Amino acid sequence: MKPAPFRYVAAASLEQALQWKAAYGEEARFLAGGQSLVPTMNFRLTQPALLIDINPLTACAGVSKNGAQSVRIGALTRYRSLERDAATARDLPLVHEALPHIAHPQIRNRGTIGGNLAHADPASEMPAIVLALAGRLRAQSVRGERWIGAAEFFKGALSTALEPDEMLTEVELPAAAARSGACFMEVARRRGDFAIIGVACTVELDAAGSCREARIGLCNAGDGPVFAEKASASLKGRKIGAAEIDEAAALVQGDIDPGGNVHASKAYQRHIAGVLTARALKTANERAQRGH
Amino acid sequence: MTTRNFGAPIRRNEDKRLLTGQALFVDDVELPGMVYAAFLRSNVAHAAIRSIDVAAARGRDGVVAVYTAADLGAYWAPGPLLVPPPPIAGIVFNPRTQVPLAKDKVRHVGEPLAVVLAQSRYLAEDALADIVVELDPLPAVVDLEAALTDAAARVHDDVSGNVAAHVRQTRGNYAAARARADHVISRRFNYEHGASSPIETRGIVANWDARANHLTVWDTTQAPVFFRNGLAAMLGLSERQVRVIAPFVGGGFGPKIMLFYPEEVVIPWAAKQLNRPVKWIEDRLEHFFATTHERGQTHDAEIALTRDGRILGIKDTFLQDTGAYNPYGLTVPINSQCTLLGPYVVPSYDSTFTAVFTTKPIVTPYRGAGRQHGVFVMERLLDIAARELKLDRAEIRRRNFIPPDAFPYNNEIIYQDFAPLSYDSGNYGLVLDKALDMIGYDRFLKEEQPRLRAQGRHVGIGIACYVEGTGIGPYEGAKVQVQASGKVNLATGIGTQGQGHFTSFAQIVADQLGVEVADVDVVTGDTDQFYWGAGTFASRGAVVAGNAVNEAAKVVRQKILKLAAEHFECAEEDLEVANGQVSVVGIPGQAVSLGALALKANPMRGAVRPGTEPGLESTQYFGPPGGATASGAHAMIVEIDPQTFTLQVRKYVVVHDCGTVINPLILAGQIHGGVAQGIGNAFYEQLVFDDEGQLLNASLADYLLPTALEVPHMEIGHTVTPSPLNPLGIKGAGEAGAIPVGPLFAQAIEDALELPQRRIELNEIPLSPNRLFELTTKPR
Amino acid sequence: MSGRSVATDANGAAETHEVAVTVNGEPYRRRVEARLLLSDFLRHDLALAGTHVGCEHGVCGACTIIFDGAAVRSCLMFAAQADGHAILTVEGLAADREHLHPLQEAMRECHGLQCGYCTPGILMTMKAFLDETPAPDEAQIREALSGNLCRCTGYQHIVEAMQLAAQQLRT
Repeated sequence: MKPAPFRYVAAASLEQALQWKAAYGEEARFLAGGQSLVPTMNFRLTQPALLIDINPLTACAGVSKNGAQSVRIGALTRYRSLERDAATARDLPLVHEALPHIAHPQIRNRGTIGGNLAHADPASEMPAIVLALAGRLRAQSVRGERWIGAAEFFKGALSTALEPDEMLTEVELPAAAARSGACFMEVARRRGDFAIIGVACTVELDAAGSCREARIGLCNAGDGPVFAEKASASLKGRKIGAAEIDEAAALVQGDIDPGGNVHASKAYQRHIAGVLTARALKTANERAQRGH
Repeated sequence: MTTRNFGAPIRRNEDKRLLTGQALFVDDVELPGMVYAAFLRSNVAHAAIRSIDVAAARGRDGVVAVYTAADLGAYWAPGPLLVPPPPIAGIVFNPRTQVPLAKDKVRHVGEPLAVVLAQSRYLAEDALADIVVELDPLPAVVDLEAALTDAAARVHDDVSGNVAAHVRQTRGNYAAARARADHVISRRFNYEHGASSPIETRGIVANWDARANHLTVWDTTQAPVFFRNGLAAMLGLSERQVRVIAPFVGGGFGPKIMLFYPEEVVIPWAAKQLNRPVKWIEDRLEHFFATTHERGQTHDAEIALTRDGRILGIKDTFLQDTGAYNPYGLTVPINSQCTLLGPYVVPSYDSTFTAVFTTKPIVTPYRGAGRQHGVFVMERLLDIAARELKLDRAEIRRRNFIPPDAFPYNNEIIYQDFAPLSYDSGNYGLVLDKALDMIGYDRFLKEEQPRLRAQGRHVGIGIACYVEGTGIGPYEGAKVQVQASGKVNLATGIGTQGQGHFTSFAQIVADQLGVEVADVDVVTGDTDQFYWGAGTFASRGAVVAGNAVNEAAKVVRQKILKLAAEHFECAEEDLEVANGQVSVVGIPGQAVSLGALALKANPMRGAVRPGTEPGLESTQYFGPPGGATASGAHAMIVEIDPQTFTLQVRKYVVVHDCGTVINPLILAGQIHGGVAQGIGNAFYEQLVFDDEGQLLNASLADYLLPTALEVPHMEIGHTVTPSPLNPLGIKGAGEAGAIPVGPLFAQAIEDALELPQRRIELNEIPLSPNRLFELTTKPR
Repeated sequence: MSGRSVATDANGAAETHEVAVTVNGEPYRRRVEARLLLSDFLRHDLALAGTHVGCEHGVCGACTIIFDGAAVRSCLMFAAQADGHAILTVEGLAADREHLHPLQEAMRECHGLQCGYCTPGILMTMKAFLDETPAPDEAQIREALSGNLCRCTGYQHIVEAMQLAAQQLRT
């Protein structure tokens, strides 16, 4: 399983990387962690003409706060760095909780959040989390830059809104609000495998203890990451108890369109979506009441 | 002779090399001028070949040669039938064996169509894309029952109904047993076993030296001697012109004893054609198609019992998926047929199977070799019987065990070694009782389970018993030689794929010759070092080769004593062989090293008298009269999440009886590894084929091997009923861990989820959370 | 896709890249084709065949090495990426021919290997793990091991070896 031939360039700067990408368009792929890209190249399912190695662009890695409200993560930030990052643990509890489910330490040592988001595997955890958190993604090219909202960014299985000459350079996520709780859960056949279904949810409470906003995102529940709109909306303004949670879980099952695969029928995926939504909401709600 | 090494947990001789990356595996062989092979494989399951055009591939830079079936000329031939059918009356057997490169027809996805040889594997794979193949697709043959109908396509044009074999074996009179029975249970069972998936895939390097007129082949084979013999015959060489080396092999498990795989036939031929060394290393994707699997059987089984749970008879009719070809004969289904009987008295037995050709990769034995399927049927029937007759699961088994005084016990039907299935020794009640004790069976059912259930947790217990026919012939051999250095060489014809032969066999020699285990250098798997042998399969290495080693070491010991007695001018009884030397008992200072004796035995002057041999060396063979029957019981406590159906093993116990034990550490490792594969088989691994014969999960991302998080801690217990069939009393243990895990999971999960109360039975393997959901959810 | 030829430069010659990499403390300098996998580079170009290949899609872990101090899959990297970096392979674990690393000693002591094929990948994974988590419990060890497939041992003796190695390394 050896890859087909390609040209290779190690980018010396972001500008250079973008120039190469502009020149080759879809025939060029960025090599970040390579943990999603290289297997497909070894299977010869992907045969780019040019690989632009962006690992030298260390300026594109790192976590920083953008004011008190949001966190910015450079696209080249490795998962392992995120695991060790105290700010991520504190401000992005959903990300922090999902990280141990992503593959294995050896993969996380190389894999980057940007690479994963740009790859947009519908079974991946991060796209679902970014969607659940309504994050924004920064795309840069020789033509300039733009911020893309998560819902617009993820177009479908392995498909994003990135233009052929664009590179994802940053993702911005809202920091966890006070009086909010988050929970990520997934069912997979083995730890680290792609989720059969994963649920990422946040619950924010108001002063009275009612739900100000709940956001439920799922992975492997559709053509891309899924935001469970009806289920999320159903909790707004209500005191979340068992009945509300069950109702939201049932609504999630209607909000999703899982495709089924060799490990799980659609019916099982739908069933798990309901089960995990109920469990994750319960936990997120409890965490919100405790104040994280 | 003192047995201070035999039975001891000696640390392995071979480990330092393996741990430091200094052990030679096939892909480590580098030879000047080597070319690298890649095979073009069919991407459809069944098709007529209209044309294969390799011109463009041949023209690519870096490509040395491209061959198709036509290029092989007279060399092209279907492979040999490796295991002929056993001598069973009325047998129907249609042997059809695999071909080196497909000609006229392809019969499974992955069947090789052409081979490219190039300067690198990378370039060879590039050239594959240049080859233009025109195939006329034919209907795939996937489902076993459908394959037997007139409507199905024929996998082999001259084999109607896709019947590869039809075999019936009987004992007693089932019809009469059924008529007498108080209780009859009938069920259909489906059991699938999967792909062995060793971490090292297959590979072969062939080096033809035209001037030396000699062929050297490194191959990941479990049967180097048979391979050497067949390859020499195919290539028109004498056996002495061919050397096969099975170096360190990264896991065998059965499929690496399948011989004359297409690649094994093509690569040495190509090496001779090109006069250059040729290497082919199977990649993981190829492995799912190019290396054999074990797969599925469908059983319609019936058991007739008395009301107190005694078996009067069993009738079983089953279908066996044999794949596109059947070079390994009937080993797998015969094992299923025989091993179903288990440790139980089954006075009447009527078992019929039909092996069916399908357009899927070839089926040959994989650790357990069909025993799993039979054990599943019997253990499930007993579980159902226990429930319906309101008996405890352990009790119904006890009532049916062959009693300890009934050995040798003749089951009459024919086993895979072509002899009547006879159990040499055993004490099955003891094994079960020990397992029940170790798992805390009574305490669990009476206290723990009710307590945890009251907390809303779903825990269950399973027990399963089995026997394993091991250590079958024909024979193995060993050569032991004391060197002038005082170290001892041992060579044997079998190979090693991790079982620790470099140590366990050394232990046997060390005890006989009074040397340190580390001073015994063992060579396995090199046909130049030892000429004769069969191979590692059917859990026979320790039994058969181990005994051959012992016989050879005994003879060398005798030579040592004789020579030393002459040297000291004393009686042999006065001598002690220990610590690398021979000394006279009671007379300190009177000692001679083994090395010195070895020199003495190989004189530069003086003579070797007629009837004697130079050196301290002996070659001996051992062929057991029959297989030795090991036995065991597994017990497991699981907890299931009733909503997600994900499962956690809380406790796992194995009690195994493999007679006398050479090295308990190595034995434990074999059992752990077998159980891990059994767990994979029961709950994680499944080869998923679609209706077109396409394998949908041909990668390790989707064919799920258990990791350290899925395999629990295991507790191992032993009982010992030595085998009377060999001087060391050994029985095999290589497959034991893998055999009963399927029914164990089915039983424990049923218990955890209280499925029988919901009229749900688990009569299939593999299971999975998804499957449990399906089985427990009423269709809408 | 068919017909793609070797990646060539403007003159049509096969494009190669310079790799200056330190492996087990030794500097190496080679020219490689872009697509040469790091696993193949180590095994065949540098003749360090202790790193094994099991799947070439990043799942089995047999190819695990330590790259700039972190355990990674060498089958998912290209040799060209190693330029300017430092790698530790199984050949570099033992201090010298006479003395094994405590991890290697522990594996032997506990019978943590059978065929030995997955073993180098496990050694490198666990070296990186124990460097970071010197006093792990069994659950942590199993989790750290879960990215390495072994088909022979059932993992139990490997876990025991890691517990022993952790103890030895702490003293």
